[in-house]
Amino acid sequence: MPDARVNVPDRIPRGKPFEVRILIRHPMETGYRLDEVGKPIPRNVIRTFTCRYDGEIAFSARLSSGIAANPYLRFFVTARESGLLAFEWQDDGGVHGSDSVAVTVV
Amino acid sequence: MLRALVCAVSICAAVAGAQERVLPLSALRSGIAFAGPDVRAMQSDDTSNPGLLWVENGQKLWHARAGAADSSCASCHGDARATKRGVATPHPRHDAATGEVFDLEARINACRVRRQQASPWARESEDLLSLTAYVAYQSRGLPLAVTIDGPARAAFERGRAYYSQRHGQMNLACAHCHDQNWGKRLLAENISQGHGTAFPAYRLEWQGVGSLQRRIRACLFGIRAEMPPPGAPELTDLELFLAWRAQGLPIETPGVR
Repeated sequence: MPDARVNVPDRIPRGKPFEVRILIRHPMETGYRLDEVGKPIPRNVIRTFTCRYDGEIAFSARLSSGIAANPYLRFFVTARESGLLAFEWQDDGGVHGSDSVAVTVV
Repeated sequence: MLRALVCAVSICAAVAGAQERVLPLSALRSGIAFAGPDVRAMQSDDTSNPGLLWVENGQKLWHARAGAADSSCASCHGDARATKRGVATPHPRHDAATGEVFDLEARINACRVRRQQASPWARESEDLLSLTAYVAYQSRGLPLAVTIDGPARAAFERGRAYYSQRHGQMNLACAHCHDQNWGKRLLAENISQGHGTAFPAYRLEWQGVGSLQRRIRACLFGIRAEMPPPGAPELTDLELFLAWRAQGLPIETPGVR
């Protein structure tokens, strides 16, 4: 399965905030559910999410078990120059996910 | 006298052939019409519709080689965006080789076994759901148009009988809710007309994508009826009847519910 779907506008006016949308493929297992034989399903939620713009942190979030599966995040970022938006997240299982998208400033 | 009799017989034949639907085309409402504005917005925007994750995965599977034939879907069918436009609309459909009625999942699995010489995917597996969603996605916006005359007739009639037959401890038929009481509320939920045009669909309750058969099984569970196993002929027959009943509504895959 793909890890994420990222969406940013094609061309971004310099210095103007633009919307970043990211849909992350993740079960966000709460840890409160039981499987078919009554054994607890271990918690596995995304703990941290970070968005860097050319290495500099532009947005970060701490997620918890209250967030549904396949979380969808929308936030605003301002860019002065064209560059690379890189996303990174880490779940309870220690699994790192990442994605990135090039941003063109006009 | 004889002429009148012949006339009466021909009228009977015409009525039987025309197959009146309980809900005419003008009264058909997709399931999304019964959803809240937030769910409607989620479905209509491809950046927020989580079903697209499955569609994207299906695209990868389309190009993945498999089986003893070491071929991918793309090896024979090329670019799905061009060659598979509209193929979901006549499904479920009669398959001449086996004499059975195939829904899109069964069609894909048959192709896997016959052409790729690979093992079929399990029903409700992520792979089968993804590829089905990807193929059905190519028909998004096109109206369902199944064939019920000819060899599919028997399956259609079985599906229709199943739809109007009372089931389970609640002693309810599909028609009780979806023909007679759609638009009303059942506890917290709006009762839809029971069209499967959005499937495979992302259900918020499932936190994932599932097939129409899974949805039907959930309905049967709700009325405390026996649930045929995934892929059972009863479910495919019912899918065929539902597709005919929803004829004219556009495919929405991947829907959000």
